[in-house]
Amino acid sequence: MKKIAFPVALILAFAGLPLLIKSNYLLGILIIIGLYAIIVIGLGILMGYAGQVSFGHAAFFGIGGYTVAVLTTACHWPSIAALIAALILPGLVAAIIGGPTLKLKELYLALATLAFGILVHILFNELKGITGGPSGLTGIPYFTVGGLVFDRDIRFYYLVWSAVLLVSLGVNNLIHSRVGRAMRAVRESEHASESVGIDTAALKLQAFVFSAVLAGLAGGLYAFYVTFISPSPFGFHTSVQFVLMAVVGGLGTFWGPLLGAGLVVALGEALRWATPLVIPGAGGEYQIIFFGAILMLVMIVKPGGLGAVMDLFKKSEEGEAH
Amino acid sequence: MDLSSQLLQLLFSGLTLGSIYSLIALALVATYNITGVLNLAQGEFVALGALLAASIYAAGLPLAAAFLVSVALIAALGALIERSVIYPARESSALTLIIITVGLSISLRGLALLVWGTEPVSLPAFSSGGPLLLGGAFVNPQTLWILGMAAATTSGLYIFFELTYTGKAVRACVINRTAALLIGINPGTISLLAFAGSGAIGAAAGIFITPVTLATYDMGFMLGVKGFVAAAIGGMHNIRGAVLGGFILGILEVYSAGLISSGLKDAVALIVLLAALMLRPEGLLAISGRKV
Repeated sequence: MKKIAFPVALILAFAGLPLLIKSNYLLGILIIIGLYAIIVIGLGILMGYAGQVSFGHAAFFGIGGYTVAVLTTACHWPSIAALIAALILPGLVAAIIGGPTLKLKELYLALATLAFGILVHILFNELKGITGGPSGLTGIPYFTVGGLVFDRDIRFYYLVWSAVLLVSLGVNNLIHSRVGRAMRAVRESEHASESVGIDTAALKLQAFVFSAVLAGLAGGLYAFYVTFISPSPFGFHTSVQFVLMAVVGGLGTFWGPLLGAGLVVALGEALRWATPLVIPGAGGEYQIIFFGAILMLVMIVKPGGLGAVMDLFKKSEEGEAH
Repeated sequence: MDLSSQLLQLLFSGLTLGSIYSLIALALVATYNITGVLNLAQGEFVALGALLAASIYAAGLPLAAAFLVSVALIAALGALIERSVIYPARESSALTLIIITVGLSISLRGLALLVWGTEPVSLPAFSSGGPLLLGGAFVNPQTLWILGMAAATTSGLYIFFELTYTGKAVRACVINRTAALLIGINPGTISLLAFAGSGAIGAAAGIFITPVTLATYDMGFMLGVKGFVAAAIGGMHNIRGAVLGGFILGILEVYSAGLISSGLKDAVALIVLLAALMLRPEGLLAISGRKV
C-alpha cells in the first residue's frame, strides 16, 4: 500500500494544483516543465542506460514543433495527425544519424548530435520558404481532439501532464522489462553484455531513436501551446539545458527527469529575476554561466544527481519496512 | 578579375582559414588521445586569447608583448582548468568528461561576455603596408603571418614530438596510456601539459586571426566545432590527418561561400562533419599505421 500511496498522492496533487494557482504565469511555467520533463525522460534513457549523450536534442524538439506548425498551417492537417508526424519525423532522422555513429565504441554520437543541432538551427533560419526564417510561423491552431479544444492554459496543463504521466509509466515498464535489463547490462559493461549476446549497437540506437521521438512529442505539443514558432528556442544552449536537467535530476532514476526539469526551469526564472539586481543591465544570457558551472560541479561532485539522493531515501525506507 | 585569379584569391583565404582550423584540430586530437577528453571548450581558448591580447594591447603594451602575455596566461588557464576540473574527474567515464567540457565551454563564453561585452574588438595588422599582388591575386600580408605561424607551430611541435624526451613521453601516452604508465611516465603530468599546450596554441591562433576577422566573445564556439570537423576528416587518432583536415575544410568552406552562398558557409562544415562521422568515422583520410 505504502508503495503506491506516494505516486497516487503526487498525481492528485498535480491534478489539484491548477485549482490553487490562479496565475497564468505559474501555470505556463508548469506546462513548460512538463514539456521539458518529457524530453529529459528520453535523454535520461540515452545517457543513463545507453551511456551516450546528445548535444542536439533541441533540434529534435524543434523538428517536432516545426512539423506541427507546417502541417497544420500550410497543409491543414488535423492536429492529431500532425502530432503523430511530429513523433515520426524526429525518430527517422535520429535513426539515420545514430545508425552509423552508434556502432562505434567512442562518443561520436556526441559530436554528430552537436553538429546536427547547429545545422538544424541554421536551416530553421535559412529555409525561409518552409520555416518562415528568423520570424517563424504564426497561426498554429489549438490542439483539437474529438470536439475538445485545448484553447486555455488550464486545459493544456492537463494535456501535457497526462502525457508526462503516460510517458513515465511507459518508461517505468520498459526499464523493468527485458529491454531495460539489457540496457542496464550495457551500461555496466559493454563487453560483458556483448558476450551474453546482447546487440549493444542496436540497443543504443533504439534508446537514441526513442529519445528523439519523445523530444518530437514535446516539440509538437509546444507548437500547439504557444501557437507560433521561431528558431530561437531550439539552439545549442537549449540542448545543453536538457543535458543539465538530465544530469541534475540524476540519470537512470524515475524521479530524476521531473526534478531536473523543475529545478533548472525554476533556477532559470530565478536567475532572470536576480541577475539584473546583481549586475545592472545584464540580460538573461548570463544565466548560462551559472548553468555551465552547475553542470561541471554536479558531474565532478555528484555524477548521480539528485535523483540518486531520492532513490537512497526510498531504499532506506524499504530497508526499514523489511 | 578573371576566374583563375579569383580562384587563386579564394585559395589564399582558404589556406588562411584552414591553418587556424588545423591548429585547433591539432590541439583537440592531441588532448583527446592523451587524456581521453573530447575538449568541447577548445574554441574558448581561441576567443579568450584574442580578447585578452586586444585588451593588453589597448592598455598600451606593444603588440609582441600582448601576444606573449596572452598566450602565457591562456596556457596557465588551460593548466588551471586541467587541475581544477578535469583532474578531479579523471576516473570518470568519457560521458561525464565530455559533459564537463560543455559546461566549461558555456561558462567561459559567459565570462567572456561579462568581461568584454558583445562588441567586437580588434588588433592592428602585424606588419604595415597594403595587400601584395601574388600571381594575379591580392594577398593580405596578415595571411602570410598566419600561414607562417601555423607552419612554425606545426614544425615546432613536430620537433618536440620527435626529438625531445618529453615529446616522446607524450607520444607514448597517445599510443598506449597504460603502457606509458608502466614504464614510469606520469599521465597526470602529460595531461597537464596537453591542456596548457592546447591553451597556448588556441590563444596564438586567435590572436593571429583577430586583425582579419576581429574578435568577439562567441567566436570560439564555431571555431571549436570547425576544429572537430577537421579532426573528423583526418580521423580522431591522427594528428597529421587533423592538420591536413583543417586545410581541406578551410578551402572547402571558402570555395563554397565564394561560389555558392555565404549564408550556408557554416552549414557546409557541419554537413562534412556529419558525413565524415556517418560514412568514415575512422577519418576520411585514415591510413592505418602510426597514430602521431
